[in-house]
Amino acid sequence: MRRLVLVLVVLCASLGALSGVATAQDAEETEGDETVEVSEWSVIGTMKDPEGEPIEGAEFTVSSADGEEIGTATSDEEGNWGVELPGPGDYRAELDTDTLPEGVALRNEDNNPLEFTVRTLGRPRVVLFATGEGASRGVPAWEELLNNVVSGLKFGLVIAMAAIGLSLIFGTTGLTNFAHGEMVTWGALVAYFFNVHAGLHLIPAAVLAIGVGAVTGGLQDRLLWRPLRRRRTGLIAMMVVSIGLGLLVRNIFLFVFLGRTRAYADYAVQRDWEIGPIGITPKDLASIVICVVVLLLVGLGLQRTRLGTAMRAVADNPDLAASSGIDVQRVILYVWVFGGGLAALGGVLQAMGEQTSFQQGFLLLLLMFAGVTLGGLGTAYGALVGSVIVGLLVEVSTGPPFDLPSEMKYLGALFVLIIILVVRPQGILGSKERIG
Amino acid sequence: MDVGSIIENSLRAAVGLEAVAFVLAAIGLNLHFGYTGLLNFGQVGFMSVGAYSIAITVNELDLSMWAGIPIGILAATVFALLLGIPTLRLRADYLAIVTIAAGEIFRLVVRAASLRDLTGGSSGMTQFARDFYAINPFGDGTYGFGVFRWDERRFWLLIVCWTLVAVVSGLVILLIRSPWGRVLKSIREDEDAARSLGKNVYWFKMQSLILGGICGAFAGFALAIGTQSVQPDTYSTAITFYALTALIIGGMAKSIGPIVGSMLFWLLFAGVDVLLREMQSADYIPEWLMDGTQVGQVRVMLVGLALMLLPIFRPQGLFGDKREIQLDAR
Repeated sequence: MRRLVLVLVVLCASLGALSGVATAQDAEETEGDETVEVSEWSVIGTMKDPEGEPIEGAEFTVSSADGEEIGTATSDEEGNWGVELPGPGDYRAELDTDTLPEGVALRNEDNNPLEFTVRTLGRPRVVLFATGEGASRGVPAWEELLNNVVSGLKFGLVIAMAAIGLSLIFGTTGLTNFAHGEMVTWGALVAYFFNVHAGLHLIPAAVLAIGVGAVTGGLQDRLLWRPLRRRRTGLIAMMVVSIGLGLLVRNIFLFVFLGRTRAYADYAVQRDWEIGPIGITPKDLASIVICVVVLLLVGLGLQRTRLGTAMRAVADNPDLAASSGIDVQRVILYVWVFGGGLAALGGVLQAMGEQTSFQQGFLLLLLMFAGVTLGGLGTAYGALVGSVIVGLLVEVSTGPPFDLPSEMKYLGALFVLIIILVVRPQGILGSKERIG
Repeated sequence: MDVGSIIENSLRAAVGLEAVAFVLAAIGLNLHFGYTGLLNFGQVGFMSVGAYSIAITVNELDLSMWAGIPIGILAATVFALLLGIPTLRLRADYLAIVTIAAGEIFRLVVRAASLRDLTGGSSGMTQFARDFYAINPFGDGTYGFGVFRWDERRFWLLIVCWTLVAVVSGLVILLIRSPWGRVLKSIREDEDAARSLGKNVYWFKMQSLILGGICGAFAGFALAIGTQSVQPDTYSTAITFYALTALIIGGMAKSIGPIVGSMLFWLLFAGVDVLLREMQSADYIPEWLMDGTQVGQVRVMLVGLALMLLPIFRPQGLFGDKREIQLDAR
């Protein structure tokens, strides 16, 4: 038990230290003399004809992803137009092609209306409608691709953080836990409570959330799953129980927290750092570093410590592990404790990127399943590899060269899941005997 | 507090449109889960495939609504093949994962703004079922007896739907008593034994998935025609689990299970709703504790609780046989 506490402390400390770096740089950023207008989310563009001459009088309508109109704009004599937006999110801009001058048409009619996502504050999102032939995009395709790869990496690592618990629980108990997403949400909401209501800074709030997540993970095993195992309840029945638990808890969250999304009090809005061609917010960078460090620690812990070895042994073959003197029930308890803590951290990091809501974890659950299955159900490293691939797929699919509409981004992940089940059902790192 | 209205509303809900649609969906789930042992957690996907098939057939293809029925059946078959081909050779939970994901993905795709022209995006589509009501033999007026009174449109719909339930249930009973049904049950009990008798387990599972999926599509037809609208967010993942709860209440692997289960489910589901609202208006529940929208959430919490407790304490539900229940296998 002491070793467990130690590992948790190290985990939390590393989180704290890393975020400390981010805080320092934050301060530097806001103290800079640039005029940062921190309330401005906007979309801008410049209309030019194929010769590069500005087009005046083109009319644009910007609406939210679900069709609600936000604003209209008309391009000025330099071809510039812009619309202010209510906040980050998915939007669509539509150009009224009748307002274009004679002889000028859109190069690609399919790109009207144009879907776009706004994530960073202060820097207006540039949306360009290319006319005729030879007009160029705002950003080179490879640069957009590179940026998508970075955000995919970040997203994938967050998925991995949450999914390792899912995979280890499956490995040690055989349970496909459909309530795992709620453990992710729980972490994010606890951090929100400490951060916004109790007034703590986000970093100690996150550390507390990890602790609470770990404790509830352990309690969940002690109070629900262990008694069920003792009753010899079947795995399928337990799976249905986990669905019921998820439904119950998710609606309790909704009842208490209501349906809207909310941002943490700290790091809610940040400007990009430009690192070469890559633009990344400090919090996203911190998130990547935290994930890498924590996942390395988890890997080391699984590989080097007695408890980690025991976990892998139980996941491999519970009966053999029990007969060689491992206290299987205790190992499973630790798996739940670790899974709960990691899921909570994943939840906080997810919420830091895109705000928290009662169903954030449930939305992540399907991607976790995809990642875990892709990597190989029941293996910790497989969950890592699979999740990162899923994260990359989700983010890269919406940009060049695939250019899927942003609402379709999960399709790629499901598609790969189905392909992998046909070709290599045990997943990338899984062993064949598991699949039935 | 009006006890009469609580009872009346609950009783009407027990035979109403939602109940009958859930009977159809649960019959499909029963075929999957109860008889074959397939964990389909995405029955809602089949329901929305059915509902959207009708809506798109009428609104986009400009065909008669009746053409939407075979198109929907075909679409559900394709959907089943898509889900079944990769997963039916594998352990049960793979199908569960893929189906729950596919149901949600289908919802996200049809609500996508880029498909607005085809599916109506997040606002969905309306007014596509005129053909159904055009052949209504009942004239204007209310029909039925006691509390079970509806206007001519709803009455016509319910008559058709419950007749459909009778036909489908009869077919399922015949199928399950046939050699084909015995193969399904043998797959549920011991896949390897069935295989060693030379049965093509994979293909039998696929047939079960397709047939149960078509039942789900019929549930979608009923909902779409009954409400004259499809809206993506009514087909959320929770719907599958309502149907599953209904099925477990009634008892799996029994043909009466889905029928009684869904009726009882909606009796309670609607009853709790009216009860809570009545208690609110009578100030038994203070406003700060629960407002109108939160009543719906409390209902879903109770479904979740039921779904947790039933498999633990009464996996066979009302009519099931404990020896036949897949809820504790493998």
